[in-house]
Amino acid sequence: MKIAVCLKRVPDTEMRFTIAPDGKSIDPAGLKYEISTFDEYAVEVALRLNEQQGPGEVTVMGAGPDGLAELLRKALSLGADRAVHLTAADVPFDGMAVAQALASELEGQPYDVILFGRNATDTGSGSVGAMAAELLGLPCVTAVMHLEVRDGRGTAQRTLEGATETITFSLPAVLTIDEGIARPRIPSLKGIMAAKKKPMETRPAQFGPVRLTVERLEMPPDRAAGRILGTGPDAVPELVRVLRDEAKVL
Amino acid sequence: MPTATTTSRFTGVDFYAFDTLLSEEERAIRDTVRSWVDDNLMPIIGDCYVEGRFPKELIPQMAELGFFGANLPEEYGCAGLNNVAYGLIMQELERGDSGVRSFASVQGALVMYPIYAFGSEEQKRRWLPRLASGQEIGCFGLTEPDYGSNPAGMITTARETPDGWVLNGTKMWITNGSQASVAVVWAKTGDIDDVRSIRGFIVPTDSKGFSARDQKGKLSLRASDTSELHLDDVPLPKDALLPKSGGIKSPLSCLTQARYGISWGAIGAAMACYDEAVRYARTRIMFGKPIGQTQIQQVRLADMLTEITKAQFLTLQLGRLKDAGTMNPQQVSLAKRNNVDMATECARESRRLLGANGILAEYHSMRHMANLESVYTYEGTHDMHSLILGQDITGLSAF
Amino acid sequence: MADILVLAETRGGLARKAAFETVTAARAVADSTGGGEVHALVVGGPGVAQVAETLGRFGADVVLALEHEALAHGNPEVTAATMAQRLRGGAYRLALFSASAQGRDLAPRVAGALGVSLAADVVSFEITGDAVLARHPVFIGKAIATLRLEGSPAVVSLRAGAVTPAEKPRPARVESVTAALDPGAARLVVTAVEARGAAKLDLADAPVIVSGGRGLKAAENFKLVEELAAAFGNAAVGATRAVTDDGWRDPADQIGQTGRVVSPGLYVAVGISGAIQHLAGMRASKVIVAINRDKDAPIFKVADYGIVGDLFEVVPRLTEEIRKLRAEH
Repeated sequence: MKIAVCLKRVPDTEMRFTIAPDGKSIDPAGLKYEISTFDEYAVEVALRLNEQQGPGEVTVMGAGPDGLAELLRKALSLGADRAVHLTAADVPFDGMAVAQALASELEGQPYDVILFGRNATDTGSGSVGAMAAELLGLPCVTAVMHLEVRDGRGTAQRTLEGATETITFSLPAVLTIDEGIARPRIPSLKGIMAAKKKPMETRPAQFGPVRLTVERLEMPPDRAAGRILGTGPDAVPELVRVLRDEAKVL
Repeated sequence: MPTATTTSRFTGVDFYAFDTLLSEEERAIRDTVRSWVDDNLMPIIGDCYVEGRFPKELIPQMAELGFFGANLPEEYGCAGLNNVAYGLIMQELERGDSGVRSFASVQGALVMYPIYAFGSEEQKRRWLPRLASGQEIGCFGLTEPDYGSNPAGMITTARETPDGWVLNGTKMWITNGSQASVAVVWAKTGDIDDVRSIRGFIVPTDSKGFSARDQKGKLSLRASDTSELHLDDVPLPKDALLPKSGGIKSPLSCLTQARYGISWGAIGAAMACYDEAVRYARTRIMFGKPIGQTQIQQVRLADMLTEITKAQFLTLQLGRLKDAGTMNPQQVSLAKRNNVDMATECARESRRLLGANGILAEYHSMRHMANLESVYTYEGTHDMHSLILGQDITGLSAF
Repeated sequence: MADILVLAETRGGLARKAAFETVTAARAVADSTGGGEVHALVVGGPGVAQVAETLGRFGADVVLALEHEALAHGNPEVTAATMAQRLRGGAYRLALFSASAQGRDLAPRVAGALGVSLAADVVSFEITGDAVLARHPVFIGKAIATLRLEGSPAVVSLRAGAVTPAEKPRPARVESVTAALDPGAARLVVTAVEARGAAKLDLADAPVIVSGGRGLKAAENFKLVEELAAAFGNAAVGATRAVTDDGWRDPADQIGQTGRVVSPGLYVAVGISGAIQHLAGMRASKVIVAINRDKDAPIFKVADYGIVGDLFEVVPRLTEEIRKLRAEH
C-alpha cells in the first residue's frame, strides 16, 4: 500500500523550559526536539501495515524549520521510503492553517492510507488530521487503538469513556493513531546509514489563513505545597480526617 | 551545563558541546544504542550481575540492530560504520555494563576483525554474515595461564598434518568461551621459541578435543562468560588457517581494534557513574539540604566531569585519526590507559558519594567499579600501556 | 447576543455528563453576551429526543433531535455533516463540543467542513468583541495558552470536567432534524460500542480516582487498588504508563501524557513515583493524595497530602477506614 504519515517536530516534553520574552511562546534556548509521540506510533503503524500487506511505500512528511529534516531522516532510518519536508521557520498554532498546507501536498496523490498522530504533544489540539481529511474529502477515523486492513477496507477500534467503539471504513482513508496500538521500533544501525540515501524533497509550506493565535502563554500557578502526614498505616486516620474536614472531599 | 531534563532516561554528558562535532548519523547511531540500553539492558543488568549471568537473550536484538562488527563492510552483512560511530556504540554499551560491551568487543574486534583482516574470501563469506547476525558466537583464544602480558611466549601448538592441522594447548580468561560456536585460536606452527610462527585458526567449538569451561568465583565482569579453553589434539582441516596471519603482530592488531573500542567504552562507564552521582547528589537530603550542596561532593563531581570531558575529546580525535588511516597503536595505548584509569576513579568516587546505598546492586557505580578492574587489567594492563608509551617516547624498551 | 449550538453527547439514548457540562458552559456564555439561545443537537436512535428535558434543566432553549435507526451507535460522518449544515446557515456565533473522545473526533471535522479554525480542549472560553478567547493547557499541562479565535462560527471543544454542570432551567423545545447525509451513504459505519469491563464509572466522570503504579510490584496486587476504589463507592481505577506497558492494565486506563487527562475531586496515587509523563494526566485534580515508600518520590511535590510507607500496609488500612466512614453515614 502507499501510505503517507504526517509528522510534527515538537520540543522534548521531558525538558524544563521558560516562557520567551514575547510572552506568547516558549524560549527555544537549550531545547531538544523530537517527533511528537503519537506521530511515532503512526510511523510504526505504517511500517507494520506494509510488513503485513506486502511491499508498498511509506512517505513521511511534515511542515517545519530546518531541524525537521533530521527527524524526517529518523523516520527514514526506521524504514520509511521517502520524505517530504515543507519548510517553514514557524509553524502556526492554528491546526486549520497547517491542515491546509498538508492537504495541498497530499491532494491528488494515490495514498491508500494517510496517518497522523492523535494529537501533538506540544499544542495538544488533535485537529490537524481530521481537518485534513475534510479538506481532502476522505473518510476519517480518529484515535485508532486497534487496526485491521483487508481488501481495501479497514476496521478500527477506538477508546470511548468506559467503552470500545468499532468502526468499519473504506479505503482510501485518513486515520489518527492513539496509544496502545504499537510501540515504535528502534532504528537499526544499517537503517540509519540507509536513510541518507533515501529521497527527501524540500519545498516551502503553504499554510492557510491563520485565525487561531496565542495571545499569551503562562506557567500555571504552582499547587500550594502539600504535606506528608506521617509514615506507615498509623498515618491513615489522620489522612481520612483531613480529607473529610479540611479538603472536604469525603 | 545543568541537566534541564526531568527524564529518568540517560541523556549523556556534554559539557563542551561535544555533540556538535558529531555528524547527524553518528548522533543517531549513538542515540539508538542508548535507547536500546535503557529499554532492554538497564532493567535486568543488576540482577544479571548478582546472578553471574550474561544476558544472552539480548544477543538476537543486538545482532538485528547491527551492533556486531559494526565498522566492517556492508558486503559482509555489517553496518559499514565509521570508527567514531563504532566507538560510540561501545561507549553506550559500556554505559550499561562492561561485560556486555566485552561481548560485543570480542565478537566484533577479536573474532570478526581477524577473519576480515587475515581470512580468505571464502572464510569471510562463510563466517562474517553469520557472526554479524549472531547465529555464530565467537571467542578469541590468545591468552594462556602463564602468558598474559607476554602473549608471544604462548605454548599452544599447531602441528601440520597431511589432512590439515592438530592443535594442542590451553587458553584462559577467554570472554564468551563457553557460549562460543567458533574460536579464533592463536598457536605456534613452528618451534616453541619461534614467534614468527604464530598463526590464527578458525576452530568450531564442536571440534573433537575442544572443550570450554567457565571460570568461577569472579568478583568482576560477572555479567560476562569468562572461560578456559582446552585443545587436546584438535584436528582441523587445512582451510581452518587464516592465511594472511603471521607473527605476534596479527593478534596484536586485533587487540588494537578492541583497545580502541574499550577507550570509548570506559567513557561510557564513567558517564554512567557520574550521571548516577549527580542525580543522587541533587535529591539525597542530609542535614536538611541536598548532599550536592556540600563542598566535598561538588569537588568530586567537578573532578569527574573534568576527566570525562577530557577523555571525550581525546578519544574523538583518536577516532578521526583511525578513520583517516593514520592512527598508530601507541595512540590507542594512551587513550585506553587514560580512559580506563579515569573511569575507575569516577566509579569509585561515585560509589563513595552514594554512601550506604552505593553498595547495593540497584545502584550502578559499584558494579562499574568492580568491572573496571578487569578492564584495567585486560587488553594490555595499565602498566603495559605505560611501557608501550615509554618505549615510544624514549626509544628504549623497559619491558 | 450570541446563539450557541452545542453537540450534546448521548450514549445508549441517555445524555452523558459531558452534555450537561457543555450546555452549562454555553448557557453561561450566551447569558454573558446579553442572552443568546442555546441549541443542543442530539443524535441517536429513535427516542433519544427524550433527553431534551434534562438538557433543558441545564439551560438548553432548543433541542434539535436527529433520530434514526442506523444512528443508535452514532456516526461521526453523519453527525459532523449535520452539525456543519446547521452552522452554515450563519445563525450561530459559536459551536461547542465536549473534548470527550467523541467531541475530539467531531469538532475538527466540523471546523474542517466549514473552513474555520478550532480552539480545542479549552478549560474556559468567552466571547469578547469579534473574537473568542479561550484558555488551553499546552506542553502536557506545563503551560496555559490564552488563545484568540477569529471567524464565525467559532468552533470550540471544552475539556471534560472543566465546567461543573449547573442547573439553569429553560423550557427546552424539541425540533426534529433530518440528517445532512443519509447514514446508508456514509463511508464509515459504527458497528459496535461495547462497554469495557464491569466498571460502571469512567475516569472522566468519577469524582474519585485511585491509581496504581509500579510500586504495586505485580499485576495481581492491583486488587488492593480496586478494593480501595470499591470502598469509596464512587471511584474509578487508573494506571500509569509503566504498568499498562507491562500489560498489567488496559491501555485505556492509562492516565498521562499519552493517555487520559483527568481532574477528579480526589486522586489517590498508590505506588506511583510521579514521572512528568503521569503528572500531565492528573495534575488538575482538586486534591491529590500520594502513598509511596520513597519520601523523595516526585509525586510528593504535587500531592496535597502524603503518607510515606509500605503501600501493602497503608492501602488496606485506608480501605478499612474509608469503609468505616461510609458505614457511619
